[in-house]
Amino acid sequence: MTTSAASPHAVAARSADLPGSELGKASGRGPGDAAVRRVLAFAYPLRWRFVGAGLLAAGTEAAGLGLMAAATWLLATAAGQPPLIALSIAIVLVRALAIGRGVLRYVERLASHDAVLRMVTEVRARIFAALVDRPPARRADALSRMVSDVDAVQDLVIRVMLPMAAAGLVAVAAVGTAMFADPAVALVLLAGLLVTGVALPLLAARLARHGAARLAPLRAAYAVDTVDLVHGAADLAAFGARPEYEARGTAHAAELARVERALALRSFAVDAAATTLGAVTAMAVMITALSRGLPGVWLAVLAVATLATGELALSLLAAARKGAEIQGSLRRVAELLDEPAAAADGGLPVPDGSVHLRLRGAGVRYRADAAPALHDIDLDLPPGRRIAVVGPSGAGKSTLLALLTGAITPDSGTATAEPAHAARSTDPTAENGDTDGSALAPSAPGVGMPIAAFDRHQWPAAVTGLLADAHLFHASVRDNLLLGRPDATEDELVAACRTAGLGDWVDAHGLDVRVGEDGAELSGGQRQRLALARAVLADPQVLLLDEPTEGLDPAQADAVLAAVLAHRRGRSVVLVTHRLSGLDAFDEVVVLDGGRVKERGTQGWVRAHGG
Amino acid sequence: MDSVARPFDPRLLRQVPSTRRDVLLLGVLGAAVAVAVVTAAVALARALAAAVELRLEPAAITVFLLALTARAALTSGLGVVAARMAATAKATLRADLLAAVGRRGPGWLAGQRAGELATLTGRGLDALDGYFTGYLPQLVLGVTVPIGVLATLAFTDLASAVIVLVTLPLIPIFGILVGWQTRIATERQWRRLRMLGGHFLDMLSGLPTLKAFGRARAQVTAVREMADRHRTATMGTLRIAFLSALVLELVGTISVALVAVPVGLRLLGGGMTLAAAFTVLLLTPEAYAPLRAAGTRFHASMEGLTALDQAFTLLAAADGETSGSGSAGSARTAPRPGVIELQGVTVAYERTTALRDVDLTIRPGERIALVGPSGGGKSTLLNLLLGFTTPTAGRILVDGADLAELDLDGWRRQLGWVPQRAHLFADTLAANIALGAPGTARERVARAARAAALGPVVDALPQGLDTVLGERGHGLSSGERQRLALARAFLRDAPLLLLDEPTARLDAASEQAVVESTLSLVEGRTALLVAHRPALLAAATRVVRIDHGTLNELVTA
Repeated sequence: MTTSAASPHAVAARSADLPGSELGKASGRGPGDAAVRRVLAFAYPLRWRFVGAGLLAAGTEAAGLGLMAAATWLLATAAGQPPLIALSIAIVLVRALAIGRGVLRYVERLASHDAVLRMVTEVRARIFAALVDRPPARRADALSRMVSDVDAVQDLVIRVMLPMAAAGLVAVAAVGTAMFADPAVALVLLAGLLVTGVALPLLAARLARHGAARLAPLRAAYAVDTVDLVHGAADLAAFGARPEYEARGTAHAAELARVERALALRSFAVDAAATTLGAVTAMAVMITALSRGLPGVWLAVLAVATLATGELALSLLAAARKGAEIQGSLRRVAELLDEPAAAADGGLPVPDGSVHLRLRGAGVRYRADAAPALHDIDLDLPPGRRIAVVGPSGAGKSTLLALLTGAITPDSGTATAEPAHAARSTDPTAENGDTDGSALAPSAPGVGMPIAAFDRHQWPAAVTGLLADAHLFHASVRDNLLLGRPDATEDELVAACRTAGLGDWVDAHGLDVRVGEDGAELSGGQRQRLALARAVLADPQVLLLDEPTEGLDPAQADAVLAAVLAHRRGRSVVLVTHRLSGLDAFDEVVVLDGGRVKERGTQGWVRAHGG
Repeated sequence: MDSVARPFDPRLLRQVPSTRRDVLLLGVLGAAVAVAVVTAAVALARALAAAVELRLEPAAITVFLLALTARAALTSGLGVVAARMAATAKATLRADLLAAVGRRGPGWLAGQRAGELATLTGRGLDALDGYFTGYLPQLVLGVTVPIGVLATLAFTDLASAVIVLVTLPLIPIFGILVGWQTRIATERQWRRLRMLGGHFLDMLSGLPTLKAFGRARAQVTAVREMADRHRTATMGTLRIAFLSALVLELVGTISVALVAVPVGLRLLGGGMTLAAAFTVLLLTPEAYAPLRAAGTRFHASMEGLTALDQAFTLLAAADGETSGSGSAGSARTAPRPGVIELQGVTVAYERTTALRDVDLTIRPGERIALVGPSGGGKSTLLNLLLGFTTPTAGRILVDGADLAELDLDGWRRQLGWVPQRAHLFADTLAANIALGAPGTARERVARAARAAALGPVVDALPQGLDTVLGERGHGLSSGERQRLALARAFLRDAPLLLLDEPTARLDAASEQAVVESTLSLVEGRTALLVAHRPALLAAATRVVRIDHGTLNELVTA
């Protein structure tokens, strides 16, 4: 017997972190559904490790049960005052099981954790590989949820499958042993175990799912309340609206507390039922054994062993609740793994020389019910051309760049590329925008191939740059730069930093400084410059720059932009910005608004528009 | 972290008074559980002893079943009370934290604190569930059950009682010793582990960048290698961490062996009844179980205790600081803003001085443009007038009355505020515009929206003003947000306007619309506007430059 009660309430509570809509889908399905099978497929290569861990876990439970049974046998036999020798085996057994249980537990936990961590390693790698082939960028909270989803795989094995396997094996062994003694006794034991070990855990899982489904929307509503009350504190104070919003939050919190209390009551009632039923089974087994004429010593041993087996039911309740809790996580993991690759590998080789990019009537619509992100865009980007795209946020500037990187394909119109063998303009005046159209015309004019047709792993060599979601990795400055060009020399790394205005900083700190999580240990300006230096180092045929000087003050911004343009002399640049200064050096300025080209002008446009 | 290493935080009883009654209830239930445990064990021992002699003793069996049912019900009751404590404590702390935000005002929330508070108040406090329902009941039983068991054993078999009494303290002692050892070892590995664990998130976050440079494929191997190194490092830590569990387990099981074998030998010698022997055997593991359960759950409950500590620290900070903007001595009702005078006002923060001995007189009908570099003190000046910040030295007079002595809510009712980045609430567009005036007539809201050039935006939405915005106004562009903030000010129809760069971060088209409606808003009102754009400066009657916390009048109209 143990005084420990599982803590069903905590489990039900945590599972409510899942958004309600997804819980709806998950409810009503047991832990044996397809998602679990999909995830457990990763355990297959490690099956012998898991079988070993399962046997160790069963051995641990069996040792605990055996300890109580052997001790009972020892006492019951000793009461008959036999010669001491009759007890010696039981005494050794009691001592061995007492030590064995702890040692088995220790070994089992190490074995199971090692196996599950191996499995998770593979799951992580496969998820990452799956995401490589998927287009959309994701929000930060979705990402951290994905990380904890993968951790749910560990819980599935350690806290759901292993306890179930151990309890199952021990229960089978116990019923089997009882069968030796007497079939009727075994039948009573089996009936009791079916109720406490199967029916009640199923009920517990059901309650946990139900509770989570009720709590999730309440928690979500309350989370919104807190965000409004905390982040909107200034607005609420200034407009005297605080009491109204605070009352709303307090009401949600109280409702949350009320539901939590009600759910706890039900969960703990299940626990109490399991404990009571275990005792009833033990007595029923004892009485049946007596009526079947079993020896007195065995009556006591069977009763105590049945009680100990019944306690396994309590661990099954916890496992069932955990299983219900992680179901949403597992389903998301399975969905990610099942997703077919977005595009097949291969495709056209990317031309070595210059490419000529064209957008013709290109349109992009992210959602059918929303306005198009881009509409009827024409853009001609022969080698050496510099285009600035300006416009408010949400105008479609970043979407335009995404068309050029091939991250998205146009829903209407075309985005094409073709080789252009025109000599690169080495004329220094080129950066003043003095580009002669005929000199840059492609030697093989004609219809280009869609950007999507090119090998998407090679395409970044032709078109890349500093894009909107540029990320700095938690690694050294050098590692972050080398991402742009893995074979860059030390001198090239430093030169790129100088171009991006990071030269002095690199001189002072060197390239081996770690930048922190997403560059957290750098200032905003340094972050931006490092990301820019990486793009400069990549040195693609067409350099895309999405707000490259964000976070720099105007004077620095102009200087850095000029330096990058000087470095790019004669090669294409597409700059996306909301600032109008420094655009003199561009051949064309395209003004986007609401996904449409509102205005476009050649060099001098900016001056005429008073920027 | 040291302050949370104790198993119970007494500040809870002070902060959430209703928990005092619950703690008492836990104690009573815990004692009742101990009685039930002892009764069940003694009755079962009798029933077993009778069964060994092939007799049924119905009375003993009945008492056992009743006592065990009572024990199960009481244990669950313990859990229910603990869960109630958790729910109540969370609700109370949440209300207290949010009230502290209200009391301290927005100035208190600067920087990290806002994010920390939002997270703690939301999900952070949910970690209390694990502590309350998992750990606390076991802690209570860890006191009551061993006492009950020891008392019974002392009467039944003194030798066994001594064994239990001697070995029982080993659980907390070993728990502390081993836990201490493992903590040292774990902390050594913690940094490395966290780095390796964070790698996956880092790689996922940087996936677009990896793709942009064509490096994503190459990183799949890196992810696998890093995850494998994470496994090796984790296993190193676990080998030590699981030792504490091993020790707890061993103390419990070995004690059973230590008690059972001598008892068996004494039975052999006829010095003991079988019922007494069974009582000893059944009760001994009960003495260790709650402490063991508490020990294994302590680490899981640490998260809850940390959240609790964080909440108390924040609440203490809210009570302790004095630089805030509470309306403590706000006896006087605010007059209509006539002449506003800043006299020698200095605002000093921990490291910087935002305003230095500033004098400024704002007469009714004046429109003063504030210019100067960012960080020069312009926003601080607006925050002073909003009552979000109080002067470190000097004072602000409104028609001769000190702002510090006015009823802040009443004063703010005279203000229309357009911040740089207004917070939009997860509510309807109409409710966002009519912030602080929920009963406003529909027509007035619509008029304010039109005045702020929000009309076309509203018309384009299928549900118009009833459109519900996402969290933090998700779904609106920055230009639309700015216009919504202007609409609030239009609806407010306040005599004094405070505008903080209403056209910052806007594109040309939005800027034009916002400038036009701003100009019509300030018409005929007193206004302080932080501005850079020539179009807005033209509306000003005076231009004041603020740089490094000092004021310079540029143009006097």
